[in-house]
Amino acid sequence: MTRARSGRERDDITLGALRESALGNDDVRIHPETLEHQAQVAEGAGNPQLAANFRRAAELSDLPDAEVLAIYEALRPGRSSAADLLAIADSLQQRGATMNAALLREAAAIYERRGLLQ
Amino acid sequence: MTVGRFRFMDQQRVNLDGFAVEDASLGLLAFNSPADPEPDLLIVEGRVTRMDGRDESDFDSIDAFIAAHGLDLGVAREAMAIDNTALARMIVDPGVPRSELVRLVAGMTPAKLARVLAALRPAELVIAMTKARARRTPSNQAHVTNRSDDPLLLAADAATAAAFGFREVETTVPVLGDAASNAVAVSIGAAVGSPGVLVQCSVEEALELEMGMRGLVSYAETVSLYGTEQIFIDGDDTPWSKAFLTSAYASRGIKMRVTSGGGAEALMGGAEGCSMFYLEARCVSLARAIGAQGVQNGGIDSASVAGSVPGGVRSMMAENLMVMLRNLEACTGNDALMSESEVRRTSRTHPIFIAGTDFICSGFGSIQRYDNMFGPSQWNAEDIDDYLVMQRDWGIDGGLKTADANEVERLRRRAAEAVRDVYRHLGLAEFSDEWVEQAIDAAGSKDVPAADLMVPLTAARLIRDTEITMLDVARALDECGYEQEAERVLAMLRARVEGDYLQTAAIFTEDMQVLSLITDANDYAGPGTGYQPTPARQHEIDTVRQQRSVEDLRAEQARSRSNRLRVVGPATQGHDPRDVVIGVSAATGRELWVTLSGLPVNDVIEELMAGLEEEGCTGRIVRINDTIDLGRIGLEAARLAGSGIAIGLQAKGTALIHRRDLTPLANLELYSVAPTVTRELYRQLGINAGRHAKGSTPEPARNPYSDEAIEARYHTKVISLVTIERACAQVDGEPETLELTAMESDS
Repeated sequence: MTRARSGRERDDITLGALRESALGNDDVRIHPETLEHQAQVAEGAGNPQLAANFRRAAELSDLPDAEVLAIYEALRPGRSSAADLLAIADSLQQRGATMNAALLREAAAIYERRGLLQ
Repeated sequence: MTVGRFRFMDQQRVNLDGFAVEDASLGLLAFNSPADPEPDLLIVEGRVTRMDGRDESDFDSIDAFIAAHGLDLGVAREAMAIDNTALARMIVDPGVPRSELVRLVAGMTPAKLARVLAALRPAELVIAMTKARARRTPSNQAHVTNRSDDPLLLAADAATAAAFGFREVETTVPVLGDAASNAVAVSIGAAVGSPGVLVQCSVEEALELEMGMRGLVSYAETVSLYGTEQIFIDGDDTPWSKAFLTSAYASRGIKMRVTSGGGAEALMGGAEGCSMFYLEARCVSLARAIGAQGVQNGGIDSASVAGSVPGGVRSMMAENLMVMLRNLEACTGNDALMSESEVRRTSRTHPIFIAGTDFICSGFGSIQRYDNMFGPSQWNAEDIDDYLVMQRDWGIDGGLKTADANEVERLRRRAAEAVRDVYRHLGLAEFSDEWVEQAIDAAGSKDVPAADLMVPLTAARLIRDTEITMLDVARALDECGYEQEAERVLAMLRARVEGDYLQTAAIFTEDMQVLSLITDANDYAGPGTGYQPTPARQHEIDTVRQQRSVEDLRAEQARSRSNRLRVVGPATQGHDPRDVVIGVSAATGRELWVTLSGLPVNDVIEELMAGLEEEGCTGRIVRINDTIDLGRIGLEAARLAGSGIAIGLQAKGTALIHRRDLTPLANLELYSVAPTVTRELYRQLGINAGRHAKGSTPEPARNPYSDEAIEARYHTKVISLVTIERACAQVDGEPETLELTAMESDS
């Protein structure tokens, strides 16, 4: 049975639950395990890049919306120094978001070479 | 001054379009610029060290991302070594499965795939597309917007779009501050129209993500990629920021695709001398590399740029194919209007339409052109009936279905009222009854003068400030008595938890089943395979609301039933040299009462009689009952006439003058185009018949000329009319004399 990020089972996301004010935002957010499952499905369908995306997404699924938006902003051209990006990478790494951390580090290196840093 | 022929040609609409001289330096060419690199790929110890003419140290950020993430290095050597023509043939060959193409293309560099696909001819592109698209079942996407961001009209139009079969609805704003209101209104309207309609609101990337996170939209598409680094940066992103954005959407369980399109770089002055197709090949490779499940491409906002160069329309279609071969969802352009010419825009869409794609239009303007805040689409509300008829003509599924007028009215009312009630319930806005009624009936925002432009702005601000989510909207719908819609909105949130619609090319059926590469994989392998509409779906495609049967025509005729024409006895031979017979067909006055021009047959007979009378002749009405052929009707009537002259008249209005010594198919004068014959012309035919009776040679009456598609308009009616005539005529049917009374009788 698929669960929401909150742990609520998919079949318990009902109008009845909504009426009882039992549903919160985490009850309609995807669980990282579900994203891992979808990653395996995508791999089986010949798209390892989509699978990698779902795995990066699984790492991000526990981050607050504001932080996700802030990291996106930091990655836009000319927004960050290499140190800024590496700091975000470290912070992500510490929370187990290793693939995203690697993406940030890779960006820092390429941005440096291509003049995309602040 | 040029000759008249060219002055006339210059005025045709196609000449409003711009056509560019090919110029590689400006990126104004479709395929194969001298600056496009030769495809190559060097892999050293599992790392790409050279790709498409550049060493690793010279990779720009796009090259670098593709090289690091986008290629299947396990298959790359094999794929890059295959001859381009051999690959092109494999793509078209129904014997080579899609999965094999996908496997090989995963190892091809952008330049390689561009070279291979540039070799395909248009008909080959159609076959390739039929085979290569991800999802078996084709679908379509609608734009739903209006000039005033009117929430009631947006909801009514979203419900209408759903009723016509669109499975994705894209809105946007003329005023950025209205975005959240538009997203909510369109989501409510879509939920009224059908379960499972995906909704997006196209705005700036960060705002779009924020709305997605709040559940206000169910997918995203405005995530633009470009083929040169400079233009990518001008778009305020990098491959890494876009990769992160892609994961951000997935992390909230939201479907997304990216957007690109040939000609964008040339339009923005940064094509670096490369062809549109090569640059698009880079975009599509990057889309795969960042892990997007799909791409909207095929010119898109620069469709008219791609369309301005030789082969540009072909290159837009080939772009879509590139997406399919990269195993991604293809949302195949046909959105921004690329020509003023109806012929050209149809030509641009048609091969894609018959091949079928995941979304044939990445924005069919389901609203009128003037209300489309993306700019007019290639296809618009003006064209929905054309599109439905084209589906029927070719027997193919273009994703749309005929909607019943009464059902659409019901849905529009429910959608507008649901938004009114929910906005009131959430404290967002109040709407007047007048506004509601105008929105329900409106064909566009010009029909809603009651709309208040401040309402969406205030509502959107409140939605953002009070952090209203789609759960709040679902609850408000439920509390306002829209339980079904509340359930549908909740079902879209539940779908986020399930995650199945994150997979490639996912849409929902009306039963909330996901159709995607995973659940509904395209299995085309030649004739007799692949997608075939179910009998029920085929019936939907075939049944347009304008179709008419013989019974429909019979009922239409019966509404003009008259008994003024009555039988007085068997027909007799006339002897008076002024006696002219009006021979009418067997169904006249029995089953048929109105001609194709809409004149009552009785009125036609009166005009003929009056014309004869003007010439001092007497008209006598005889119904010829043994033939439906007008020549024979006229000839038989002429043989009964004392003058030897007769007028033959079919109930549908076709008329001629005949003489007893001629052969059946010869005649003196003929009105063959019944729909255009007027009362005055029938009078003239009566006059001329009288003159023939007196032995003179009048100037023949002529059919009025028309450049309209008269046959297209009337031939189906003619078949029904002829069927009815044939049923009335008997081989041994005797002619009978009729009289036309002045009044209807009670009997």
